[in-house]
Amino acid sequence: MEKRIGLEASIAVAEVVGLCDADVISAYPITPQTHIVEHLSEMVADGELQAAFVPVESEHSAMSVCCGTVAAGARTFTATSSQGLALMHEILFIVSALRLPVVMAVANRSLSGPISIWNDHSDVMAERDIGWVQIFAENAQEALDLTIWGFRLAEDQRVSLPVAVNFDGFILTHTIEPVLMPDRESVQAFLPAFEPLMRLDVDQPITMGPVGIPDIYTEAKKAHQEVLTQSYGPIVETLDAFAKSFGRQYLPVETYCADDAEVLLLTMGALGETAMTAVDQRREKGDKIGLVRLRLWRPFPFDDLIRAVGKVPVLGVMDRAISPGGPSPVASEVKATFYQQEQRPKVVEFTVGLGGRDTPLSDFDGMFDTLLAVHRGGEIPKPTIIGLRE
Amino acid sequence: MSKATNPVESYLRMDRMPSIWCPGCGIGIVVNCFARALQQMGVDHDELAVVSGIGCTGRIAGYVDIDSFHTTHGRPIPFATGLKVARPDLKVIVMSGEGDLVSIGGNHLIHAARRNSDVKVICVNNFTYAMTGGQAGPTAPRHSIATTAPYGSFDKPFNLPFLADSTGAVYVARWTTYHVRQLTRSMAEAMSKPGFCFIEVISPCPTIFSRRNRLGDGLDAMRYYKNSSKVVNGANTRMVGLDLNGPIIVGKFIDRDRPTLLEAMDEEIGSKLGKRYVPYATTGVQR
Repeated sequence: MEKRIGLEASIAVAEVVGLCDADVISAYPITPQTHIVEHLSEMVADGELQAAFVPVESEHSAMSVCCGTVAAGARTFTATSSQGLALMHEILFIVSALRLPVVMAVANRSLSGPISIWNDHSDVMAERDIGWVQIFAENAQEALDLTIWGFRLAEDQRVSLPVAVNFDGFILTHTIEPVLMPDRESVQAFLPAFEPLMRLDVDQPITMGPVGIPDIYTEAKKAHQEVLTQSYGPIVETLDAFAKSFGRQYLPVETYCADDAEVLLLTMGALGETAMTAVDQRREKGDKIGLVRLRLWRPFPFDDLIRAVGKVPVLGVMDRAISPGGPSPVASEVKATFYQQEQRPKVVEFTVGLGGRDTPLSDFDGMFDTLLAVHRGGEIPKPTIIGLRE
Repeated sequence: MSKATNPVESYLRMDRMPSIWCPGCGIGIVVNCFARALQQMGVDHDELAVVSGIGCTGRIAGYVDIDSFHTTHGRPIPFATGLKVARPDLKVIVMSGEGDLVSIGGNHLIHAARRNSDVKVICVNNFTYAMTGGQAGPTAPRHSIATTAPYGSFDKPFNLPFLADSTGAVYVARWTTYHVRQLTRSMAEAMSKPGFCFIEVISPCPTIFSRRNRLGDGLDAMRYYKNSSKVVNGANTRMVGLDLNGPIIVGKFIDRDRPTLLEAMDEEIGSKLGKRYVPYATTGVQR
């Protein structure tokens, strides 16, 4: 039986990793991810989870351990944030290129410098090209649901790719929310035993990760590109299967009040919930504002985004990271999505909530006003940082 | 009447006090000893640079009124090596914790010691990753409780003086935060000695480590250090490993001479190139 309980999102994620019967957890402490693996280490120590907990000496080692354990056929989980994710960088490409289905929780946090432990999306945006499936949760329920789903998708032999479940550091990781915690039976029914596509096996020896000379490197990259792009089908299918099993439907791109909207604002992660409240307030005043909530970041859901925006003429994009010297990452993808389309919205770029800067409802009001002004024929403003002290 | 000032204040950013360190924490004592060592040596602020990493001890870089750099996790030693190579005239001091220097930065520690990089490492060992809430670190004593070891740590901890000695450090000492005079003297000695010097400071963490392991408060830690420490200068570092709540061998263990990284480079290349080679160590970037 599903139980409704109050749990910190980090603990909820750790609990479902237990329900998924992970064989190995390897991690290094980093704020604000730490509660996840601390709780897992307790579950292992208390005999609640029959798994090996490997407390390594750095994130680089953590992801390397994960590489080894999945290669041997063990269901493997890790979690990290910020500098930890950055330190894993070189191994992240290798895990996905070798089709090793690690599941990782990323408690999103800004990158140094200056040193900041607070929330934004600069860690994950710097890892855009790692070749993983990357998805965002808006609340604790989604974080735990997408973790269960993450194992199912990652281990699907058509996919066999690592999955990163992103949820905002502190804002979600350290917040206690009511969640529906599934029971072990339904999780086990949803998640078949891990049957790896390839594994290191002394009876049938293979070599993983050897040199790719110029004769085959390009083909290897094409194969990686294809499998990640084509994982879209299994992603939608397994999200539907999740909905059938647990009653909660997730989509690559979701909308809120978008049907009759004159302007749309695109969000990712926890700010989507604040944005919904902000939209409700403006709807009461008669402003036809809607939201697009981008859940799937890789593979990028181009067609879903085009459908979600439809004929709405103005689209605001909220980025929670910057790309110095270039367009912000989400806005860049959104513009690329629409460039070749006949029907395309005017795109207004906002950067919000860097390094833990709060984004209150009043900031949303300001962004909505800007979008409505563009809708009335005003000029598209230059990319703006919201909430900047000047 | 003028306001009374502590003589160490000139080395500290008093506008940033009070520090973030918890009551009973030993890191403030280490900073105090460091400032007193500088004062006794009569070192000018401009002859120094302090480098630290991430963690409670890593915050030292922000509290000393000296040129300082707060690096990412584990990287103060290579940063300090770079600083020293570019400015051989400076005394470069790394002050960081064991969770920074010996785990995520462990590779840098052993290679800087091997190369005899001319930096002085003051490693505050509180046996846990305190700033992230108390996970088991690389020196966590066997059977000590940590958030990632709720029934006791089971992997073997590093014996830091042995590690530094065996990888090539020219000066290795260990003191506790009870031994303020000896620690101050050791810091002054290390700062006056060319080559890779390593001082381990055993330091209490009442909020995280001591509480979880029922070791009492900061004062209890001082009593423990006073009663359980034994000074054995020149001790065989192989024999100075620590147990939870066991005896602590302190003292100056190693003091030897060998060419520093830059001296070795000058000697080797100079012997091959003769007068064509302009020695680097003595001139640095000011050539």
